Amino acid sequence: MEKKVFERPRYLKKASTHYCPGCGHSILHRLVAEVIEELGIGERTIGVPPAGCAVLAYDYIDVDMGEAPHGRGAALATGIKRVLPDRIVFSYQGDGDIAAIGTAETIHAANRGERITVIFVNNGCYGMTGGQMAPTTVTGQLSTTTPGGRVPLRDGYPVDLSEMLAVAKGTVYIERTSVTSPKNILRTKRAITKAFRTQIDGLGFSLVEVLSPCPTNWKLSPVEAARWAEETMTKTYPLKVIKDLTGTPGQDGN
Amino acid sequence: MTKKAKKGRITVDREFCKGCYLCISVCPTGSIGISGTLNQKGYYPVEFLDGKNQGEESRCTGCTTCAIVCPDVAIEVYRE
Ligand code: SF4
Ligand code: SF4
Ligand code: SF4
Repeated sequence: MEKKVFERPRYLKKASTHYCPGCGHSILHRLVAEVIEELGIGERTIGVPPAGCAVLAYDYIDVDMGEAPHGRGAALATGIKRVLPDRIVFSYQGDGDIAAIGTAETIHAANRGERITVIFVNNGCYGMTGGQMAPTTVTGQLSTTTPGGRVPLRDGYPVDLSEMLAVAKGTVYIERTSVTSPKNILRTKRAITKAFRTQIDGLGFSLVEVLSPCPTNWKLSPVEAARWAEETMTKTYPLKVIKDLTGTPGQDGN
Repeated sequence: MTKKAKKGRITVDREFCKGCYLCISVCPTGSIGISGTLNQKGYYPVEFLDGKNQGEESRCTGCTTCAIVCPDVAIEVYRE
């Protein structure tokens, strides 16, 4: 008997996305939808999409959503979670959103140990506005505002937001993964599952940073873009568990 | 070849496919090719090579690797 072994998850609408061919956002949307379905939390999950390419995430991920002003995902998610503590609240934010304009909101939400989950999509540039340098652009990376490549002494160093957040006492689980190969995609799904579980268990702030190809602004084919992220981006942003206190006593709402 | 490999098959939604060809780059059995006709968005979508065009059995094992990497969820996988 033939069985269907892979199909669109229930919480991903049957809609063709506006994302470019090979964009990591599309893969990540599917993973978030799969995890929500597997954890059985679809009816009590609220998402907070960002400004940026993922601004229309509410057209695709089929749960309640509340759009945040640019960078303010963690602040909005905080408000929702505090008013509706039984909901599972996640923000979905790009690197320009979370690591530039939203740095203050993000760091303080993390430091307060808000029981929210942040999906941080790092593609090393401002995607929607045409590929300008972002704080996360890696050294030497070409962008429209660093046409000869990023030079730290002129343009600053790539911001390592996840490592910075790991210093905050309120953060419980932070992992960096990528959506650049079948293996890494499955690892990302496990990390998102763990991040949501951290919130379900009331332990504190969880975040998954996902290195995500932007073939259009990197000016590479989708296959080349995935390879570039694996070979070059991971030198600045190694894939690893950055912080994991989920098994530590005392992390249960104090 | 005495041991019979698992048999699988995929379907591709031509209108959802954006021709990124990530699926082709990861398929271990070379079971996916590029279609010769455009879809409505103007991409050349992929198509399943069921082997019949080469007078062979399909080599697809239904491993789902192509579907895991497909950004546009254009692939469904079936396995016996
Ligand atoms: S510009 Fe980049 S991040 Fe935005 S949809 Fe296109 S590939 Fe994705
Ligand atoms: S299921 Fe596996 S073998 Fe079949 S087409 Fe997809 S990647 Fe290839
Ligand atoms: S991975 Fe998906 S969107 Fe890309 S070429 Fe294959 S079927 Fe089409």
